[in-house]
This record gives sequence, structure tokens and C-alpha cells, in this order.
Amino acid sequence: MTEFETVIGLEVHVELGTQTKIFCGCAVEFGAPPNTHVCPVCLGSPGALPVLNEEALKLAIRAALALNCTVRQESKFDRKNYFYPDSPKAYQISQYDEPVGEHGFIEITVQGEKKRIGITRVHLEEDAGKLTHSPYGDASLVDLNRVGIPLIEIVSEPDLRTAEEARLYLEELKSIMQYCAISECKMEEGSLRCDANISLREVGQRELGTKTEIKNMNSFRNVQRGLEYEEQRQKKMLLKNEKIVQQTMRFHEESGATVAMRSKEDAHDYRYFPEPDLPRISLSREYSEERRAEIPELPAERRQRFVEVYGLPLYDAEVLTVTKALADYFDGTASRVRDPKSASNWIMGDLLAHVKANGLEMEQVRVKPEQLAELIGVIEKGTISSKIAKNVLKEMLDSGKDAKVIIEEQGLIQISDEGQLREIALRIIATNKKSVEDFKAGKEKALGALVGQMMKETKGKANPQLVNQIMLALISD
Amino acid sequence: MDFYSGLRKLHQGLISREMTPADLVNFSLEQIKAVDMQVQAFVTVTEEQARVKAEQVRENGAEGILAGIPFALKDNMCTQGVETTCASRSLQGYKPPYSATVVERLERDHGILIGKLNMDEFAMGSSTENSSLCKTHNPWDFERVPGGSSGGPAAAVAAGMVPYALGSDTGGSIRQPAAFCGVVGLKPTYGLVSRYGLVAFASSLDQIGPITNSVEDAAIVLQSIAGPDRRDSTSVQRDVPNYIEGLTGDICGLKIGVAMEYFSPSIDQKVRAAVDSAILQLERLGAEMIKVSLPHTSYALSAYYLLAPAEASSNLARYDGVRYGYRAQDAENLLDMYRQTRSEGFGAEVKRRILIGTYALSSGYYDAYYKRAQQVRTLIAKDFDEAFAKVDVLLSPTTPTTAFRFGEKTEDPLMMYMNDICTIPVNLAGLPAISVPCGLADGLPVGLQLIGRMFDETTLLRTAHAYEQAAGFAPMRPALGVHA
Ligand SMILES: [Zn+2]
Repeated sequence: MTEFETVIGLEVHVELGTQTKIFCGCAVEFGAPPNTHVCPVCLGSPGALPVLNEEALKLAIRAALALNCTVRQESKFDRKNYFYPDSPKAYQISQYDEPVGEHGFIEITVQGEKKRIGITRVHLEEDAGKLTHSPYGDASLVDLNRVGIPLIEIVSEPDLRTAEEARLYLEELKSIMQYCAISECKMEEGSLRCDANISLREVGQRELGTKTEIKNMNSFRNVQRGLEYEEQRQKKMLLKNEKIVQQTMRFHEESGATVAMRSKEDAHDYRYFPEPDLPRISLSREYSEERRAEIPELPAERRQRFVEVYGLPLYDAEVLTVTKALADYFDGTASRVRDPKSASNWIMGDLLAHVKANGLEMEQVRVKPEQLAELIGVIEKGTISSKIAKNVLKEMLDSGKDAKVIIEEQGLIQISDEGQLREIALRIIATNKKSVEDFKAGKEKALGALVGQMMKETKGKANPQLVNQIMLALISD
Repeated sequence: MDFYSGLRKLHQGLISREMTPADLVNFSLEQIKAVDMQVQAFVTVTEEQARVKAEQVRENGAEGILAGIPFALKDNMCTQGVETTCASRSLQGYKPPYSATVVERLERDHGILIGKLNMDEFAMGSSTENSSLCKTHNPWDFERVPGGSSGGPAAAVAAGMVPYALGSDTGGSIRQPAAFCGVVGLKPTYGLVSRYGLVAFASSLDQIGPITNSVEDAAIVLQSIAGPDRRDSTSVQRDVPNYIEGLTGDICGLKIGVAMEYFSPSIDQKVRAAVDSAILQLERLGAEMIKVSLPHTSYALSAYYLLAPAEASSNLARYDGVRYGYRAQDAENLLDMYRQTRSEGFGAEVKRRILIGTYALSSGYYDAYYKRAQQVRTLIAKDFDEAFAKVDVLLSPTTPTTAFRFGEKTEDPLMMYMNDICTIPVNLAGLPAISVPCGLADGLPVGLQLIGRMFDETTLLRTAHAYEQAAGFAPMRPALGVHA
């Protein structure tokens, strides 16, 4: 049977996290009442002119550099002309042939192997408005709050070979954008949007097959689902010797299927030409270098450092570097304790469980890294047991108090005084003759019961190792 | 009282309390009532607003040179709350939510807006016959056009209804009507005056400028409206010199270039004679005439009629009936609404240029048309650079003929386009230029065009002023339609 190879390229739109829109002073705010963040410029009022928000340019350059692109010293804006009510000027200000950045790449790890995915270009443009169907009958409602929100479009090379690779690419891309504080990349709010091009070709064939474009995939999981579905659809057609039609498909979330949209778009001629209202952009080397200096350590480097410097397993490093905030938290904790793996365990265990259960952002966690490090230090010194430490952490997360304060207040210091423990042990032996006899008769489990009694007596504060040693010595006589 | 004697005189009258701003507003309104029935320059008169403003200016005791003096605007400059139509059906009833920067600046200087003036629809035309609102008549001969596209402003100033007006110039739209109506029209360097609030025709060519009775008045108005504006990214960050101080009357030793390409045989012989005598006049003032060549001039018209329509096709795409302006009724669906709205909202010339521009930008044609035209534009700018290495100012007729009759050129768009042959290259190069009256030909005004170096309005105005003072034509008062 014919073997096929899948070829996927992604076009990702990322909203830049600026305070104001790209060409006017209107605020950027998700979920504001419709048409409240608008002005003559973004409404396309006759005579109004765009003025570039420099912050958007800075973020676009930073993004291009973080994606290993070459930043063009000369670039410009162009008009993309089309009629639709989401575009009040009837053109979108975008970049056609001189994008901010080009020739970049992202590295992903596929089944333990590193793979480089090429980035064709990163360009800056303005967002369009939002159309919704009117609940009051046969009409569309237009919300122009979104018009003019700065976007970058990131176009990948057709280097992705599976739907899973596509998802991994998106996850890495999102991480990089978040690390660099370029965008929040919330797909559910539309601050990251993804369209995919997919085609199949026979293995060994060089030229690309006919592609389709998939739109409306609103989560990473749905990107993978949509691509997997489309891959199978195309494969079935090719096996039946049917021709793939170049068209735009819409992902249908409920059924998981891709459905052909009206393919009138193919006839679109956007009549791009240089935007005469905006001067060309000339960037000095220094300006770009300043942007490069704004880029923090990126997730891939950080993962590697966590493995090499802290000796973490790769899995831990991957989990802890998903967001910059989490990685910073780990760094802040691990650098203050003897055993970084214990920091990883506490963060990936109790701390993330708390974050998840309460729907928090890392920034909202009341226990700061140095406080967590102090708790771990107390455990390492044997002042409290791990078991008690779990409760102490819970209390810390709720109250924000330091570990030492809680231990003090609740008298939780571990009892490690041998004399004191021996005294308690003798008392327990005296009142539990049956268990002692059972142990002597060979029932080893009986020791557990005695130790349990002892922990109960000390409200868990007894040093468990010492208790075991002392009890065993006493009843073995 | 009259408005011909200049802004300085009106200002002195106000300062000496011989008259009040209200007197000037009254006089302007009276003139409008008296002659605008025939001239039809105004499309909106802001009478009530102007009277209120006149009171305010008097109370404030503002003393700037434009304070308390009425003015009018071509109807493509946005005025908050005052209808701004571009003489197009597509913008009928449209009241902008904001005022253009030039309007803000004139109001900052306590000027008083008296009304809005007729024009060719969206500034596309050379006779103001493309207005969907009314037919503006040349005050020198009511059978003739006032020129265009700023026909309203030129006619209003020539007929003495306002002391000055603002026009816009994309390919000659200030200078050509100024020449036809016997007034002064200045197109500043591209980027000197903010375009914010000027309804765009061709963004890379459009420039606002004054239409006045004298060169000094042009300098005074330019002083108020020029200078950087953070709302227009194409406005240039540089200090504005004192233009009025630059009017020394001394042009001794100035080198003036005469480009032979601008004196083609198609130029009317009487126009040519008037320009020739202006050359003699300038020589008498001590200027040196030098022959120069601008070899790519013959390509300017073709390049312009690709670039300007290309930009216009995009700039005018927003008039779709969705948010403001005219919307066709009874459309079946969205596409139908767009089609009907635009078919009914735009006039023939606007549609012609949208079609040309759309074609020039279409994939497969872009390189042959738009891109080639841009290359020509670069060559034309280079021609001027080379000429200005040798001379300080260039000289030509403003137009090949004097004002023509209504309907004379409407049948043949190309004939109409030829009218701008001397003015268009200037816009392509972004240079400043002025038209000053240089006499009459068969009783109709002739305009002399002077072209300056980039941002050298000072030398340009000084030259025009020296000529004007020596020639003694300005101000020219038309007999209001009674043409011998
Ligand atoms: Zn806005």
C-alpha cells in the first residue's frame, strides 16, 4: 500500500500585550462592552490617520528575535484591501514584502529527539473587528473594539510532519511568547489564533501535494484533532485516487470533523501596496540589540539548565518550565535549598495542586519561594517531619505565614530527644502487653501498631526513625 | 470695507477698534448673500456659529493677526459637528466627530469659520464640475469654470466673500483654480502641513494650503497652519521659520530656472505672453534666468494618473454605507448593499478613478503600472534635485490656458487631465509651489507658477512677493461675472 507523508505549516496570530492599540490611543481590553474602545482612527473615520504605537513595534522585534529571526533593518507597512464589515477602512494595515523578521526557527522535542521547525516570517499588523450574529433576527452585529489591536503573524515553514508536532510547536511558541512578555496567548480569548495548512504526498516525493487550510481551531487540542481528521480525510481520498481540492476547511468542534467553507476566497486579490500614511521603518542595530537584551532565558535553555545544574529529571524540568512564572518560582526555591529535587517535589506536588484547585496564577500564591525554601530547610534539618510539613505548607498557603511561625505557634517541633522518646515508649509497652507478646511470637506487624500508638501520643511530632529504633530495641530484649 | 486689501489691514482695523470681529462676520455674510447666488462657492454657511465665535473673540480680546477674521474651508476638511461632504452624495449629511488639525490651528489663532466650500467630488477634477452639490462659477466670467478641485475656495476669495480660504492640492487643485480666479494659491511642501482631518484622496500627494488675495496673506496663513503634528506620521518634525519676516522684497541675484518642458506648444500664446512679461519683471528685480531641463516631465501625467487613483481606490473603499454617509436602501444582502451604495453614492469621475486605481494594483498588473509609476516618480524627483542644484526657484505657467467654459472638457477626461500638466510633477516630487496672478489674457486671469526647494517656502514666498509687489496686479478684483 502507498505510504504517505504529511506536511503541515502553521500561521499563528498573536495579540501583542500593549496597553493601547497599534495606530491610535484606544485601550486594549478583553471583554469590554461592544464599541466602547473606539475613536476616529480605528473607526476609519474620513480624514483620520494612523500613528504607529512604538511599543507594538518593540514587542514584534522582540518576538522575531526570540524566534531566532533576522530582524530587517528596513521594513514598511502595506495595505491589504478587502471589503467586509469587520474592517472599517476596508483595508488592513499589514506588512507584505518587508516583514519585521524572517528566517527564524523553533526547536521542539519529538519523542526525545530535537527537531528544528523553520519560521518563514514574523510580521506586524492590526486586528479586525468581531462579527456576531444578532439574536434579534437576520442581521450581524459588529464590535470594533478589537479593530487595531496589534498582532504579529508567525508563519512556519512546512516542516511539521504530524498533528502532534503541530501541537508541540504551538506549545513551545506560546511558552516563548509568554516568557518574553509579548502576549498572554490565551486561545480562549483569541489572543492566540492558529490556522493550519496541510497536504499529503507519497513518501520519497519531493514536491508538495495539494493543500487545504483549516480554520476555527480554538485550542491546542483541537488543532491536533482537526489536523488528524484532515490527514485521514485526505489519505482516504488519495487512496481512492480522488483529487484534493485546494480550499479552506472549517473545524467543527462537536464532531471533530473538518468541513469545506465556501471557497470564494481563492479569488481574493488583496491589491497590496505600500501604506502611504506611515513612513518606512528604519531600525538601527542598537535598537534591535536593545530588544534582544529584553529577552529572558527561554524555555528550552531553562529546561536544559534545570537538568544540568539542579540535576532534575527531564520530566520535572519540562513541567517546571511551562510558564516563566513557575520556572522563576522553582529557581527561587531551588537556589536556596540543599536538594533541588525536594524543591521540585514540593512544587510539582502540593503547591501546583493548590494552584490548580484554587484556579490561581503563580503570582497569586501567598507562599513566596524563599518561604517554601525555609520550610524545606526545616525538614532537611529534621526540625519537623515531612508529614507535618504537608500540613504546615497548607497552613502557609492559606495564611501566608512563615513556616517557623506556624511551627512555633502550634508546637510542631519534632521530638528527637532519645530519653524523652524512651520514656514514652516504655509507657506504651506497659499498656500494650498484647502487642509486645504478638511481636515476640513472630508477628512483625505488631511493631507497626506500637509505633503508631507512639506517633498518636506525640501528635505526630516524634521523629519516626528514632521511634522505630527505640521501640525495636526495647521489645527485642 | 473689503477683503481684498489683505489680512494685515483687517487686523489693524480690529486692533484700532475701527471694526469688530462681528463687523467682519457680518460683512462676509452680506457678501455671501449678495453674490453667492451666482457664484455658488459655499455649500455650508456656519452663520450662527460664526456670530457666536465673533463675540467670544471680541470678549477675549485676542490680538493675533488672524484673530477675529473670517475664513472658509474646502469641504474635504473635517469640522466637528459641521457637515463635511467632499461634495459627494456618499457623504451627504456626514458630520465628523472631530476637527482637522488645520482647523484646530486656525481656531487656536481665533480665526472664525464662516462656511464650507464647493469642490470636485473627493477633490477629483479640474473644474469643480464634478461636485454633486452645485455648480460653482468663475467670478471673472460666470460662463466659465473656477477651476478645481478647490474651485469653491478660489471663487469665494476672488469674489470677496472671505479674505482667505484653505484648499487642498493633490495634482494642482490649489494652484490651478487660483490661477483661473486671479488669486494666490500656495501648495506647501508635502509634510509641512498636517493632513489629519483632510479626507484623503491620494495620501502621498495631498497637501493643504492657503488661497488668498496676496502672497503676504498666504505667508500669514501658512504660518498658522504649518508645523509638525503627532497625529500625522507624514508631517515632518522641523521648526517652522518666520515666513512673514522673509518677505523682504529683495531677490537680487536669485537664480530662477525656466524649464523648457513647461513651455510646450500646447500653451496658449496669450498665457505664454503673460508669463514672458513676468520673466522680464523678475529680471528687472535682479533675478537671473537660467534655462534648465526636467527631462522626465512628459511621463508625469501618466504616473500621476496611476498613483493617485491607486491610492484613491483604497482610500475611498471605506464609503460602504456600513457606518456613516449614504447607504442604498432595499439591498438584498451585504455584497448587494456595497454595490448599490457605491454605485449610487459616487459620481462618474470618482468611479473612473477607482476603477483605474483598482486595475493598477491588481495582481499581474502591479509591476507594469503601480510599480513602474513609482519609478517614474523617483526620476521626476531626481530631475528637480538636479535643477535645484543650479537654481533657487523654478518658473512656469500654472496652467496651459485660462479658465474654460462649462462643459468644454467634460466630454474628454484626457483633455481635462492635461490642464494639470504643469502642476502635477510638483506633487509627485513633494515640492512647494505657488500660483500668483501675472496679468490677464482676454480679460481672464493668468497664473504664474513658482516652484521651490523642499521646505524652502521662505525663498518661494519671497520671490512671489517681490514679483507681486513689482507687477502690481494683486489684488485683482473681478467684475463679478461681467466679462468683456
Ligand atoms: Zn482608536
